Amino acid sequence: MSVLVYTESEGGAFKKVALELTSYAKGVANAMGGEVTAVSINGGNAADLGNYGADQVMEINDATLETFNAKNYAAALAQAAKAAGAKTVVVSSSANSKYLAPLLAVELGAAYAPNVVALPESTSPMKVKSTVYTNKAFAINELKTDVTVIGLAKNAYGLHENSAAAAASAFGVELAGDNGVEVTSVDKATDKVTIADAEVVVSGGRGLKGPENWNLIEDLADTLGAATACSKPVSDMGWRPHSEHVGQTGKPVASNLYIAIGISGAIQHLAGINSSKVKVVINTDPEAPFFKAADYGIVGDAFDVVPRLTEKLKQFKANNA
Amino acid sequence: MKILVCISHVPDTTSKINFTDNDTQFDTNGVQFVINPNDEFGLTRAMWFKEKQGATVHVANVGDASAEPTLRKALAIGADEAIRVDAPATDGYFVAKQLTKVAQDGGYDLIIAGRESIDYNGGMVPGMMAAMLGANFVNTCINLEVDGSDATAVREIDGGKESVKTSLPLVIGGQKGLVEESDLRIPNMRGIMMARKKPLHVVAADAAEAHAATAAFEKPAPKGAVTMVDPENLDQLIELLHNEAKVI
Ligand SMILES: Cc1cc2nc3c(=O)[nH]c(=O)nc-3n(C[C@H](O)[C@H](O)[C@H](O)COP(=O)(O)OP(=O)(O)OC[C@H]3O[C@@H](n4cnc5c(N)ncnc54)[C@H](O)[C@@H]3O)c2cc1C
Repeated sequence: MSVLVYTESEGGAFKKVALELTSYAKGVANAMGGEVTAVSINGGNAADLGNYGADQVMEINDATLETFNAKNYAAALAQAAKAAGAKTVVVSSSANSKYLAPLLAVELGAAYAPNVVALPESTSPMKVKSTVYTNKAFAINELKTDVTVIGLAKNAYGLHENSAAAAASAFGVELAGDNGVEVTSVDKATDKVTIADAEVVVSGGRGLKGPENWNLIEDLADTLGAATACSKPVSDMGWRPHSEHVGQTGKPVASNLYIAIGISGAIQHLAGINSSKVKVVINTDPEAPFFKAADYGIVGDAFDVVPRLTEKLKQFKANNA
Repeated sequence: MKILVCISHVPDTTSKINFTDNDTQFDTNGVQFVINPNDEFGLTRAMWFKEKQGATVHVANVGDASAEPTLRKALAIGADEAIRVDAPATDGYFVAKQLTKVAQDGGYDLIIAGRESIDYNGGMVPGMMAAMLGANFVNTCINLEVDGSDATAVREIDGGKESVKTSLPLVIGGQKGLVEESDLRIPNMRGIMMARKKPLHVVAADAAEAHAATAAFEKPAPKGAVTMVDPENLDQLIELLHNEAKVI
């Protein structure tokens, strides 16, 4: 019996989420009494996965898979899952994994449980806890199929070191030539940390008064190596790109630290950022609803507080480097 | 072009989420239901195809009769016909299976669903439909153009976006960006009157077993009190983030 884990990579190295996912797969495998088989598509060094619990690594190196294509990737993973006799396949909550998981589930005749936040409550029958109602509640789902696909919620499990063999072997796949969707161009900032991957997110709301003041947000974010985000009205007014809109109708945030500046904390905003572990709120209004959802709060004017905070953090970083 | 827009009937974003029956059922008491926001962007884009390219637009929902006002709203916005598959939406797989049957029976060229519904957030219905139909699929779609049987789309990826070329039949997992917030339409009196006369077909569900069942719901544990920091004492905040929260 094995747990298959899709370990995502970028530029020939495994992403951090791949290590988290391998740790999680190890936890599931322990509960089931099975082994962890990682699948790496044009990926990194198999030994890296051994440190987190991969017993085997199926290495797929195929030119067709050089750029991501949901259909081909799902087909490759399904072939690997069948070859490994996997009972459970674990995928992440990245945009690509969420794209391919439903295709993979259909291919395997498997139930798919996305946004799972913890190890299974039981593995026979498979019962997993996931977020629903955009983080306003959890559901315990019982999966009824023999094979299952579990999508781990962002930053939900963390890294757990395990020592395993990570025995690597090449795995060949057969793919359809025409996959129906051809990428013509990619527009991606490579020098900036994304909201999806960021450990720290600095987010600005209407309280910042206009796009010309975003240097406050950016300077603080740069100091912390953070991604920048914003509330919905800020993106609707075109102060910031839509891709920075976080909340119930925007992107979810599950960072370790979320700093909200000049954001009131409307229910739709909170729903999307609730999975962040520690929340800091800076707002002039002591009655702002966000303080009720915060861990640390400062009642103050962003234009006064944020530049001073950035300076102090720079010193802190220099002293702790 | 024949378009099917899949409409999920969900609690309004301001809803308080509570459960009844020993935490096994969603408490609909005092909850207002709306068209799922991601679906509304898709529906509005479909209206554009109707007005500019002469497309026919049908909407479909899997659910009980309580979803009909939501379908009527979609008709009032401008959809031509509505279909309700009369069955509880037990899980994403079951819903995808039902909508796939609707799509096959109706012979649609383009199927627009939302990236996810804001109740279960499963995000699996469009992808599963595409796989079951053998159609092309673009998820987290923020732009869509159709020319004959060719389509171009833009997909949001982590940290950016990607342009793709594809063809019909096509399934889209849509979201904001397909149209702008300001393009969304509030039905006017004329639309509402016309919607009353438009067909709303109720069809029986196709036999299918759900893949998953919700055994119980839980609410998040209440949060501890916030620690307030004096704006003149930012060193304290840094100290707390470093030593107490351990996040910097
Ligand atoms: C269907 C629907 C979906 C929605 N989805 C989302 C979503 O996904 N994400 C989202 O964010 N919103 C969403 N909203 C909007 C949400 O209801 C709020 O309107 C929005 O989050 C408010 O944004 P804000 O906090 O930036 O602005 P405001 O509510 O205007 O708050 C600005 C805050 O800044 C503070 N402030 C002012 N000046 C300063 C200063 N100098 N220094 C510090 N603080 C200052 C004010 O005290 C205030 O609290 C949605 C709404 C609807 C109806």
